[in-house]
Amino acid sequence: MAVPLRSRHSLLVRITHWVMTLAFLALLVTGLELVVSHPRFYWGEVGNVNTPVMFKIPIPSSRAMVPTGYGYTLPDENGWSRYLHFQSAWVLVFVGLLYVVVGAFNGHFRKNVLPAAGDVSPKSLANSLVQHLKFRRPGAEEAWSYNVLQRLAYLAVIFLLFPMIIWTGLAMSPSFVSAFPWAVNLLGGQQSARTLHFFLTWVLVLFLAVHVLMVILAGFWSRVRAMITGRAVEPWERA
Amino acid sequence: MSHITRRKLITTGIAAGAGVAGLAVAAKLASRYGLIPPDEGGIYGPGETLTYATQKLLTKHSLAREFSSKQVSKDPFANEVAPLGDEFEGLKRGGFADWRLRVDGLVERPTSFSLAELKNFPRQSHITMIQCEEGWSYIAEWTGVPLSHVLGLVGVAPQARHVVYRSIQPDWWESIDMSDAMHPQTILAQGMNGGELPVGFGGPLRLRVMRQLGYKSVKYITQVTVTDNIKQFGRGLGSASPEAGYAWYAGI
Repeated sequence: MAVPLRSRHSLLVRITHWVMTLAFLALLVTGLELVVSHPRFYWGEVGNVNTPVMFKIPIPSSRAMVPTGYGYTLPDENGWSRYLHFQSAWVLVFVGLLYVVVGAFNGHFRKNVLPAAGDVSPKSLANSLVQHLKFRRPGAEEAWSYNVLQRLAYLAVIFLLFPMIIWTGLAMSPSFVSAFPWAVNLLGGQQSARTLHFFLTWVLVLFLAVHVLMVILAGFWSRVRAMITGRAVEPWERA
Repeated sequence: MSHITRRKLITTGIAAGAGVAGLAVAAKLASRYGLIPPDEGGIYGPGETLTYATQKLLTKHSLAREFSSKQVSKDPFANEVAPLGDEFEGLKRGGFADWRLRVDGLVERPTSFSLAELKNFPRQSHITMIQCEEGWSYIAEWTGVPLSHVLGLVGVAPQARHVVYRSIQPDWWESIDMSDAMHPQTILAQGMNGGELPVGFGGPLRLRVMRQLGYKSVKYITQVTVTDNIKQFGRGLGSASPEAGYAWYAGI
């Protein structure tokens, strides 16, 4: 029967959310696979098995020349991983641009993502943080809007972490940096870019983990349904 | 459910039509200006084509970063190579005096050069980084004659689109487009860090393509072939790399 349903997420937000999810997961899996061919990280311009490491990941490698301490090598999956990594990166860039450009014009960021001026006060932030740390189920009105911590997290992901991970990725491209050398020089070198790219991946994974945890706490199916159908259940329908 | 108005339907139809037409025009232009890589087919074709076309437009006149002599890596890493075989070992015993580089294909004067002849051509040195697709890197000074000089000597036909180059190692071949082949930093390297190019690093002759990953800088070069039809080589994917699952264009 027809229940009163209000629109929660616009079509554009829903499509870009799920395409982005797919692209991010593909980038994550292929990126981790690529690390296996050289699970060593360096700082500065250069690094190889003859130079000191910044840190190593204690896993076997897909290349026999890497001294891992394991007596065996894993199969080489870099070919398709590289193809899929860069194809997914294109999807992420296009979908991200579409989201950011449309969101800037249709008021999505102003309405849904930018925190209200009064909400960024230390008191209000502390209050929201305490609510989160108590793992309190959000009130009914929060099904319709994002709280201040959510807004700040989304802002950081959209306008800081994603641009940074794209930048550090491009800084590893020998061709790209031939045209834009500052892109790698500002980061302190090509191996620094690779190491930062790796760290940023884990920051985004942390965001994903917290994001999914919060969705579970808020009511997994109702929130996932809202992000698929666009409709949220009215507060009075809640048990 | 919001109902779809006729106006919305017409607008969407026009937009979709314009999109399809736009894509068709873009594909035609991309092909005409050499923006489509040989491994354009398959599920990863769209991403590869976007990457290659974008990089071609962004890096038309760009030079790979060059470093100071202080930045040259003290411990460069020579990746493993398959056993080089009897032919190579025989040439090595003779001090590579009989090593030949054959330049053929769409050229006016197909020629075979000895290493001594190549050494007498105007040589250049570039201190650049070589990056392996695995993630490691080093900086070295590479010395050799620009490929463009050798191609100039043999006279490249105007319709040439790609240069195919082969290693003495069987089934190891690569190709680059003409703009990379004529690029001022693309050299037939015979020297490294002031000395002879060691065998582990590709000596006696390695084609250094500075703006792409290490696997495009094929070691032990014996043949350079100019072509206007890259599809007729191997399985038509451009080089041995895509046949092994790796992207043909390695500028990323």
